[in-house]
Amino acid sequence: MRRLPRPLQIVVALVLSTAALLSLGGGAPAQRASGTALERQGRQLFVEGCSDCHGMDAGGVAGRGPSLRGVGELSADFYLRTGRMPLAAPEDEPERTESPYSRREIHALVAYVGSFGGPGIPRVDAESGDLAEGFELFSEHCMGCHQVVGRGGITTRGIAPDLQSARPVDVAEALQIGPYVMPRFRDLAPSEVDSLARYVVSTRDPVARGGWGIGNVGPIPEGMVAWLLAGVALLLVIRLIGERTSR
Amino acid sequence: MTQGPRNRILRALLALVALVLGRRRSPPEPPSRDEPPLTAEREVGARRRSENVALVLLAAATLAAIGFSVDYVADPDTQVLGLCLGAALVLIGAAAALAGKRVVPREKAVGEYHEFGDERRQEEVQAIVSEPGEGVSRRRLLVVAGGTAGATLGAALVVPAASLGPRVRDRVLTTPWRRGVRLVDSHERPIDADAVAEGTMVSAFPDGAPRDSLGASLLVVRIPPGELDMSAERRAGAPEGIVAYSKICPHAGCAVSIYRHPLNPPTAPEPALVCPCHYSTFDPRRAGALVFGPAGRDLPQLPLQVNAGRQLEAAGDFFDPIGPSYGGIRTR
Repeated sequence: MRRLPRPLQIVVALVLSTAALLSLGGGAPAQRASGTALERQGRQLFVEGCSDCHGMDAGGVAGRGPSLRGVGELSADFYLRTGRMPLAAPEDEPERTESPYSRREIHALVAYVGSFGGPGIPRVDAESGDLAEGFELFSEHCMGCHQVVGRGGITTRGIAPDLQSARPVDVAEALQIGPYVMPRFRDLAPSEVDSLARYVVSTRDPVARGGWGIGNVGPIPEGMVAWLLAGVALLLVIRLIGERTSR
Repeated sequence: MTQGPRNRILRALLALVALVLGRRRSPPEPPSRDEPPLTAEREVGARRRSENVALVLLAAATLAAIGFSVDYVADPDTQVLGLCLGAALVLIGAAAALAGKRVVPREKAVGEYHEFGDERRQEEVQAIVSEPGEGVSRRRLLVVAGGTAGATLGAALVVPAASLGPRVRDRVLTTPWRRGVRLVDSHERPIDADAVAEGTMVSAFPDGAPRDSLGASLLVVRIPPGELDMSAERRAGAPEGIVAYSKICPHAGCAVSIYRHPLNPPTAPEPALVCPCHYSTFDPRRAGALVFGPAGRDLPQLPLQVNAGRQLEAAGDFFDPIGPSYGGIRTR
């Protein structure tokens, strides 16, 4: 049988799921999806864009996407606002991109996923964090992957993103979730999370003690620049102390 | 007018014969042995000021080189060390350049190359080499200053050898871990077994022991007990699935600070402990087995136990030798 084109698939899925919902719904007083108007809009977007992997009612699909019941607004906000979801293929590593959804659509999707319960979007006050404490915590927990300057790095079979565009709330959410292959750090006190967020924000514009940070990407470009400058200096010295023959 | 090909070949042959005969009849003339001296300009006599400047430069180089050794022994600061060493090298270089330009005799010579082995030429060259001090009024002083600068620079390069400590063998083989030594976090707080939740990683140290020894630091993670794949002895050292491994990579001694923990296991890589230096990758479920990278052996595991207060403590020393591979402990 020929596969239906994608828009049609979505429409069929939508019709079927609505029908299933109506038949289930009967006289149940508090159907989840029939919450606020925002949640209904979110559900529609969810069925269209997320249900392939996460299931029609966010219950997950074995081998593809996990259940989103109970992950809360926290996870939905993190993955959608940073453009990590939707993914092209379920085995891809979620990476920060421009989200295909508008802010309003993200708001609706977050409200829908949040309607199943779970933690809300955390409050972070990076301004009140302690930079020194943040540096200490970052060195102990985060530096191995993200580098002390927050420029990101790799692990085997995974990429640790750079944190230059991470907002304080992204930091707090990632610590709770442990996205992709990152460990979770749920035992941190709220004040410690504030400090970490402040440190992460501070890495956007770090103090370059040597005077010239060269992108703060580490010793290799620094070494290359040193060799280049030293090479030019050596050539000048050679010209200075050498003599030209007349012929 | 066109020449026939035969005519052209004939002319070419004639030319060749003429060339061969001509070469044989008139061998090249041997170089004349009575050439005028090659020197076009010769300037002898050091300028006193240049000598003084060279001396000052060499003295400053000596001071800089001594400064390196003093700073290294007293209170090492890498920037001061680099500055001293760099200054010593630059000053000696400047003194050498100045001496070459303004102190020793200078001459410009233009001449043809001659056959090698010309005895008279060799004598001349030897004479030139043996008279570099001609016209230098304070040759001895300059030589002494140069020697001092060189010697102090040499000393500066040798002094760091003082950092070579005692042989590492015993220190590597002994660790602070004994049965009953409590695990503490970076703030000296004991670690509760329940604080090691699945999916998080905890850095731990021995209670009441220095942390700078190779065997001190640990990485502690919790694996669902059903996923543990290790011998019964090692499994006994992983209470409730909590496993502890040395944080020092057995390859080059970096801190194994990456815990790869999949949020959604079907679509993400399996759990692993990874060293960020060269990406040696170990499986925490299989007793730290090496799965990728340059390390020559598995990540050493420390047996744990949970005490009556639900705190984590060591149940003994590491199962395997810890620290980077060395000597006999290079491979599995």
